[in-house]
Amino acid sequence: MKTVITSTGNEINSKFDLRFGRTSYFCVYDDETGNTEFILNDNKEAQGGAGTKGAEKVIELGVTKVVSGHFGPKAKELLDKFKIQLVTMPDDTKTIAEIIEMMKK
Amino acid sequence: MPRRVTPRKIVAPPKFKYYKPVGHNISKSEKIELLYEEYEAIKLADYDMLNHNDAGELMGISRATFARIYEKARKKIALALVEGKILEAKFGNAYFDDDRYECSNCKATFNITENSVKDKCPICNNKNINKIEF
Ligand SMILES: [Zn+2]
Repeated sequence: MKTVITSTGNEINSKFDLRFGRTSYFCVYDDETGNTEFILNDNKEAQGGAGTKGAEKVIELGVTKVVSGHFGPKAKELLDKFKIQLVTMPDDTKTIAEIIEMMKK
Repeated sequence: MPRRVTPRKIVAPPKFKYYKPVGHNISKSEKIELLYEEYEAIKLADYDMLNHNDAGELMGISRATFARIYEKARKKIALALVEGKILEAKFGNAYFDDDRYECSNCKATFNITENSVKDKCPICNNKNINKIEF
């Protein structure tokens, strides 16, 4: 199963990003292969609709869950429709590597 | 007869119970009750940057009702900021469109969908998860 984690940078030691639509990168983690891939969020600076665009991207990636700090209502509505699990983490001090480590246990 | 209030749909409750000023002389400072729907209005308009029409639609209320809630929220926040008062998050007339759960270990919160694991935390796999009661 694949998970998207919002990330402030494009590598595994980057800090987790609390924003969903305006995150810097989407990290796609595949728990079967253990691989991670970082995808630049081109809608980070968008005037509006960043949440919807982000949700569309996540849906295209075929993931089953998304980990972020805040989801906007439009993103939530769309992700709900596609039965994608929304996970909220309150803590932005963790790195992507640390979150993946937690998921492996 | 009291007017029936349409419940306001919100995505998630605020992450705090109280919002307290620091370094201000909070003697017997009274609390200001910030309703969940007021918090949600501020979030939709000023954090998610939606217009009042779209925001009202998401909360299941008219633009005018949204604007009223938003105005109340702004006044309360301004009052708290200027007079150094404590904001207390209160339920108000909110409802949630799905159940959320919290992991007692890592404090992640999440919903459960058809496709997700049902009995453990999606982050740390701890089995000690609780439904969030509002
Ligand atoms: Zn957990």
